[in-house]
Amino acid sequence: MVTGADFPQLASAVEEAGESQIDVWDLARNVIARDKVYYHGHPVAAVAAVSNEVAQAALGKIRVDYEPLPPVMSLDAAIKDGAPVLHDDQFTQGLEETPKQPSNVATVIRLGQGDLQSGFADAAVVVEREFTTPTVHQGYIEPHAVVADCRENDRATLWCCTQGPFVVRTLTTKVLGWDVSRLKVVPSEIGGGFGGKTTVYLEPLAVMLSRKADRPVKMVMSRDEVFRASGPTSASRIRIKMGADADGRLIAAEADLKYEAGAFKGSPIMPGCMCVFVSYQIPNIGITGYDIVVNKPKVAAYRAPGAPMAAFATESVIDEIARRLEMDPIELRLKNAVHEGVRAIYGPKFPAIGFVQTLEAARAHPHYSAPLGPNQGRGVAAGFWFNVGMSSTATINVQEDGTATVITASPDIGGSRASMALIAAEELGIDYERVNALVGDTESAGYCDVTGGSRTTFATGMAVIQAARGLVDQLKARAAKKWGVDLELVEWRDGAAVPLDGGTQGELAPLSFTELARSAAHTGGPLSSSASLTAQGAGAGFGVHLCDVEIDPETGKVDVVRYTAIQDAGKAVHRSYVEGQLQGGAVQGIGWALNEEYVYDDAGVMQNAGFLDYRMPVALDLPMIDTAIVEVPNPSHPYGVRGVGETPIVPPLAAVGNAVFDATQVRFCDLPLSPSRVFEGLSG
Amino acid sequence: MQPFEYLAPTTLAEARELLKTPASGETRILAGGTDLIVQMRGGARQPARVLDIKWLPESQRLQLDTDAIYIGAGVPAAVLCEHPELRTEYPGVVEAIELIGSMQVQGRATAVGNLCNASPAADSVPALFAAGAAARVVGAAGERWVPVEDIPTGPGKTSLAADEFVIELKLPRMPARAADAYQRFTPRAEMDIAVVGVGICLSLDNAGLVTAARAAICAVAPTVLLAPEVAEVLVGTRCDAAVLEEAGARASAMGNPLTDKRGTSTFRRHIAGVLTQRVAGVAYQRASQPGVAA
Repeated sequence: MVTGADFPQLASAVEEAGESQIDVWDLARNVIARDKVYYHGHPVAAVAAVSNEVAQAALGKIRVDYEPLPPVMSLDAAIKDGAPVLHDDQFTQGLEETPKQPSNVATVIRLGQGDLQSGFADAAVVVEREFTTPTVHQGYIEPHAVVADCRENDRATLWCCTQGPFVVRTLTTKVLGWDVSRLKVVPSEIGGGFGGKTTVYLEPLAVMLSRKADRPVKMVMSRDEVFRASGPTSASRIRIKMGADADGRLIAAEADLKYEAGAFKGSPIMPGCMCVFVSYQIPNIGITGYDIVVNKPKVAAYRAPGAPMAAFATESVIDEIARRLEMDPIELRLKNAVHEGVRAIYGPKFPAIGFVQTLEAARAHPHYSAPLGPNQGRGVAAGFWFNVGMSSTATINVQEDGTATVITASPDIGGSRASMALIAAEELGIDYERVNALVGDTESAGYCDVTGGSRTTFATGMAVIQAARGLVDQLKARAAKKWGVDLELVEWRDGAAVPLDGGTQGELAPLSFTELARSAAHTGGPLSSSASLTAQGAGAGFGVHLCDVEIDPETGKVDVVRYTAIQDAGKAVHRSYVEGQLQGGAVQGIGWALNEEYVYDDAGVMQNAGFLDYRMPVALDLPMIDTAIVEVPNPSHPYGVRGVGETPIVPPLAAVGNAVFDATQVRFCDLPLSPSRVFEGLSG
Repeated sequence: MQPFEYLAPTTLAEARELLKTPASGETRILAGGTDLIVQMRGGARQPARVLDIKWLPESQRLQLDTDAIYIGAGVPAAVLCEHPELRTEYPGVVEAIELIGSMQVQGRATAVGNLCNASPAADSVPALFAAGAAARVVGAAGERWVPVEDIPTGPGKTSLAADEFVIELKLPRMPARAADAYQRFTPRAEMDIAVVGVGICLSLDNAGLVTAARAAICAVAPTVLLAPEVAEVLVGTRCDAAVLEEAGARASAMGNPLTDKRGTSTFRRHIAGVLTQRVAGVAYQRASQPGVAA
C-alpha cells in the first residue's frame, strides 16, 4: 500500500508538459493527496494485491479520518466574499500588487489594445451577453491504464496509454524524485486522448507499488474513476461586449473570462484570452481572464484547450450583431477576418493563413443555401487554434528487402503512423506499402514531445522529411560509390538512383531503393537516417462550421440534422484522416453543446460519472458530418502542412447555439442545450 | 466482483430444490445478465449465489398459442424484436423492447429481466403493463400466475419471495381492431434511460370507438405505474385532440417525479403529457389499421 507519505515533498516548479504547464508539486498532490483531499475522487491510498478482489477488500479495510470542509463547486461560489479558500498559500498573481489574503483566484490576465470607451462610443450596434459552459470530459473510450515493473531496484519500466512517453517520464520521475534515466516508458496503443493523456495519474503510484511489492503492478481506472479523477476541462463564465459600425466593421470588443482550474491552478485561461477575439481585426480590445480553483478534479488539456468556450461567446455575439445589422453572418465575418500581415492580439503578425478562404468556401458550399424545413434553423460559427511545433525526432531504418521502418516516439492517436509512412514514401519515392511506421519507447526512440497541439503531422512529419532526405543523400552516395562516379552525377528519381550526364549515362542502369537496400552491407553498412528538430512556424488553423438543427417544440429536443465542417489544413497529407479529425472535433463539440455536463450534488459528489448519464452523442444522434478541406499552404512547412486536430472542436458550440436561435428566435447562453433547458427557454 | 456460487439447473424441479437449500447470503436470478452482471461488477449487488435460469427449457419458449403468447425468461430481446408475428401483434411491446440498452445489449437482455430488475424507468415494462401481461412465478412451494403490474414494488424491489423467480410471461392474443404503442423520451437516440416512457394498448369497435384501454407510465414514481385514470378518458372516444389533451393532463398529474440528473420534476410531468398524447394517437391509428407491422 502507498499513501502520500511514501512520496517526496517537492518545491513548487512549473514544467512544460505538451501544450500546458504543470506545477510539479500540484501534480504530485493531485496524484495522491497529502494532508488535504481536494475533490471527490482524489486518491488518498493505493493498494496492490494478488487479485483485484483482494485489493478491493483491502481498500475496504482502510480507515480514513476526514474533517469535512464545505466544497466550492462553482466559479460564483469560489469568488464570493467569505468563500472557503482551497489553498492558504495561493495569492492572486497578475495584479499590480499581490494581495495579502489568499484567494481562489490564482491568476488574473489582462490583454488589450486601443481605447475601449471611444470604440463603443462610435459603435452603431453593441451587443453584450454572458455565457456559461459546464465542466466536460474528453471522453476517450480507453480509461487510463498502466503496468509498472520496478523489480530492478533503481530502475523501472512503465507501459501505459499516453499521448507522450517522454512527458510521462518527466512527470513521473518528478513526482518520485528520480532522475529521468531511471525510468523507461513504453507507450501502448492508445484508445483516445484528446489532450487528457498528456499528464500522469496512476503512473507514479504504480511504480511505487511495484517497488514496494517487488512485483509488476497493473492499474486500470474504472470509467467512474476516469470521470471523477482525470481530465476534464474547465467550466466557464464569459461576458462579452462587442460593438460594430453600421457597415458591420467591429470596432470594440471587451471580454471577461472566468475558467475553473479544478483543485489546482492552471486552467487554459491564457489561450482562452488569446483566442477570444483572435479571428477578427478589432482596433479596441480589452480582455480580462481569471484562473479560479474549485473542488473538482484538476483540469487537463482538452483539444484546443480554452478556445471552444471563448469562441462560443464571441461567435454567438457576432451572430447577434449580424442579425441586428441584417447582414449575412459570413459576410460580416469576411469584413473583419484576420489575414496575412495582420498583427494578432497575442503578438506576432500572421503569415499566410486561410480564414478568408475558409469563410468563402463555407459561403459557396451547397449546405449554406439549402432550404430548411419546419422547426429547423441554421447556424454558422468560426474557430481558431494556434497549433504548435515543439521537438521531435524521427529515424528511418532500411531493411534488406527494400522496405523502410520509420520510428518516432509520437503516439498515434489520429492516424499519424499512416501520415508518417506517406511522407517517407513520398520522399523516398517508394510505395506506401513498403514503409512501416511505428511508435518507439523512451529508450529506443529519440525525443518527441507529446502528440498534442496538432503538432505530430506538422513537426514529427517534418523530422521524417528531414530524415528521409538524409537517407536519400546516403542512397545517392552508395550508388555513386558502386558506379565509381562523382556524387554530383547521381540524382534520386522515382525511388531509384539515376546517373546524370557525364559520360556514363546509357551504360549504367538506375539502382532502385530495393537494390541499394539489399547491397547495403557491401557499400558501407546498414542504411539508417535520423533527424531531430524543434519545429518553428506551426501555421494557425481556421475552421468554419455550418449546422442545421431541428427542434421539437413540445419537448425541447434539439437534433442536428445537417453539419458541415470546413477547415484550412494547409496541405492534407492523409485526406480521410484529416476529414476524420474535422468530423471527430465537430462531434465532440456538438456533444458539449447539447448534453454533456458534470452534475454534482451539494456535497460535491458527481452524480453522472458514467457514459449512461454523461451524455456524449452516439452514432444515431448525428447525421454524417460533411467536410470540406481548404488548402492555404503553411509557408513554414516543406509541404505546407498545418495542424488540423484541434480547430474542429472550436466552432461547434456556437454553430449549434446559433442554429437553435435561428430555429426558435431564443438566444441560449448557457450550455448544454439539453431538452429541459431548451423547453424551459421556449416556454419563456 | 466478489466470489459467488453459480448454479445452472436444467429442470424446474431441480431449480425448486436448489432454491430450498439455504445460501450464505442473497440469491439472485440470472437471465440475460445485462443488469445483474453490471451490478455485481460495480459492487451494487454481491449475491452469495447466482441461479442461471437460461438452461431451463421453459425459459427458452417463445410460443404463439391460440389463447396467449408465451415469452420465456431466457429469450433475448433481439429474438423478440425480429419475430415478425410478435411485431405485427404487439408493435408497442416490441418497440419498447427495442429501446432496451443497445443492439449489443439486446443480444442478451430479456423482457423478464427488465421486469424483475424493477427499475422505475424500465422501457419494456409500461408496454407489458398496458398489454395486460401476466408472469408465471415459480417457487420452492409451487407456482402461480401474477399480473405483471404486481411484480415491481420499488426501485430494485419486487413482490417475489426469496425462493421465487419468473419463468415466463403470457400476453393475451390481441383482439381484432386493437393495438399498442410505446414511446419514451431521452436526450439521446439510444444507450439512454427514459426521462419518461408511456405505453398504451387500445381496442376499438367497428365504429372506431375505443372499447378498452390500458395505459402505463415509467420514470414518474418508484415503480412503473399503471394509469387507469389515463385509460378511462380514452374509452368511448375516437382519441380526438380534446380527448388526447385530457389524457395528457391526467398523465402529467401522475406519480411524484424526481428532479435528478435525467430531468426536473416539472419537465418530467410535461413530457408525460406530451408522450401520452403521442402514444395514444399512434395506438389508435394502429388499431384502426390492424395487421400493419410496427
